[in-house]
Amino acid sequence: MLANPQLNANGELQHLLSIEGLPREILLQILGTAESFVGVTEREVKKVPLMRGKSVFNLFFEASTRTRTTFEIAAKRLSADVINLNIAASSQSKGESLLDTVANLSAMQADVFIVRHASSGAPYLIARHVKPHEHVINAGDGRHAHPTQGLLDLYTIRHYKKEFTGLTVAIVGDVLHSRVARSLIHGLTTLGAPEVRVIGPQTLLPAGVEALGVRVFHDMRAGLAGCDVVVMLRLQNERMNGPLLPSAQEFFKSYGLTAEKLALAKPDAIVMHPGPMNRGVEIDSPVADGPHSVILPQVTFGIAVRMAVMSIVAGN
Amino acid sequence: MTSKLPEAEELLPRLAAELRPRVTPATAMIGLHTGGAWVAERLHPMLGLKDPLGLMDIAFYRDDYAKEGLKHDPKKTRIPFEVEGRDLLLVDDVLYTGRTVRAAMNELFDYGRPRSIALVVLADRGGRQLPIEAQHVGARVEVPKDKRLRLKRADNGRLRLELEDAG
Repeated sequence: MLANPQLNANGELQHLLSIEGLPREILLQILGTAESFVGVTEREVKKVPLMRGKSVFNLFFEASTRTRTTFEIAAKRLSADVINLNIAASSQSKGESLLDTVANLSAMQADVFIVRHASSGAPYLIARHVKPHEHVINAGDGRHAHPTQGLLDLYTIRHYKKEFTGLTVAIVGDVLHSRVARSLIHGLTTLGAPEVRVIGPQTLLPAGVEALGVRVFHDMRAGLAGCDVVVMLRLQNERMNGPLLPSAQEFFKSYGLTAEKLALAKPDAIVMHPGPMNRGVEIDSPVADGPHSVILPQVTFGIAVRMAVMSIVAGN
Repeated sequence: MTSKLPEAEELLPRLAAELRPRVTPATAMIGLHTGGAWVAERLHPMLGLKDPLGLMDIAFYRDDYAKEGLKHDPKKTRIPFEVEGRDLLLVDDVLYTGRTVRAAMNELFDYGRPRSIALVVLADRGGRQLPIEAQHVGARVEVPKDKRLRLKRADNGRLRLELEDAG
């Protein structure tokens, strides 16, 4: 069996590349540590000296202001120095290879690389080539994984529902193009959620998605029945009006979350969304702003989860 | 060394008696996870302090992060009162190098500026690496360098000091 590239020889988290393959204990360690950081972010001084003197490089080969900002806030609250590199607009466009870019940055004494790349697997390639004291955190690679988003979803679910055993979780929408969905499915099954459902049109569900241990629904009403947690995915604008979908209006009619459809889930169900939301496409405004919505707390927890991941990997 | 360890349960009421005269309306107590929190949970009701007990985990303020990393799930620090202007009793189980207390004071100042901090420990085993002393000490204990003095809590809540091999 191949060694897990995310773990060091002692089985500790060296890089965070994907939730897939992470043992339950490490997921629980991250969630537990994040809980303590939530306490820090609620104080007047929202900063701890833990990573003083460490350098965190935000390597965004694909633009994403929101994700980059949350990593930047997390690193600053750990007292690390943050360097933001918008590589999409720099060396790569001059023809430098990915590994050359990383080798150059590594020569500038980095401790942690936060990597966002349009190609699946790019963070793995970087992790294989960095020095032993350097750590890679995947901030989204192609359609493959977005582990910190998956972890903050898990954190949010645990915060509101206390435990995973007994939960029915529905993930709705464009699962095919979603790296968030994959990360979350792996996390939920590892932590023992008994029923994970994916809901969407045939064209937006990956072939063989059942192999991940989920139940597939094409009818949203049937899929939402009795759910504790509803995770809405973003329908990316570029997919609309393409060959996979007739139109945004049509999609909303079948798979948009309205108060009337949400009423089929459990009365205390929570509604999540990784953002940014398309109101009136995958989610109706009264639901997004309603009492079941925990979309903004997700953002707050996301900072603490990223603080936990960074401080755990950089210490190993 | 064969020196007998003091009984933690006997030290608690003595420490409380020593602390009582200094309690004012501005006094509040903070225990350090895990052993210090146990001691504080016992002392706090004996002193009748009006504010609930604060609990602190100094994991994010340790000075050995570069060497040791973040191994265990840190507990959440909860200080359910305003630190600003208070006279704080900072409680730990065993005082040794002084590094935990240094970290605790750094964390405390991120909550506010207390008027004073007094350090209360169940046992002082010497071996300080920093200029830190406790104002209230349950007992001074001589401990061989290769041993660790630890506080244990039984299921019935009784506290007991024990020697372990330092690993």
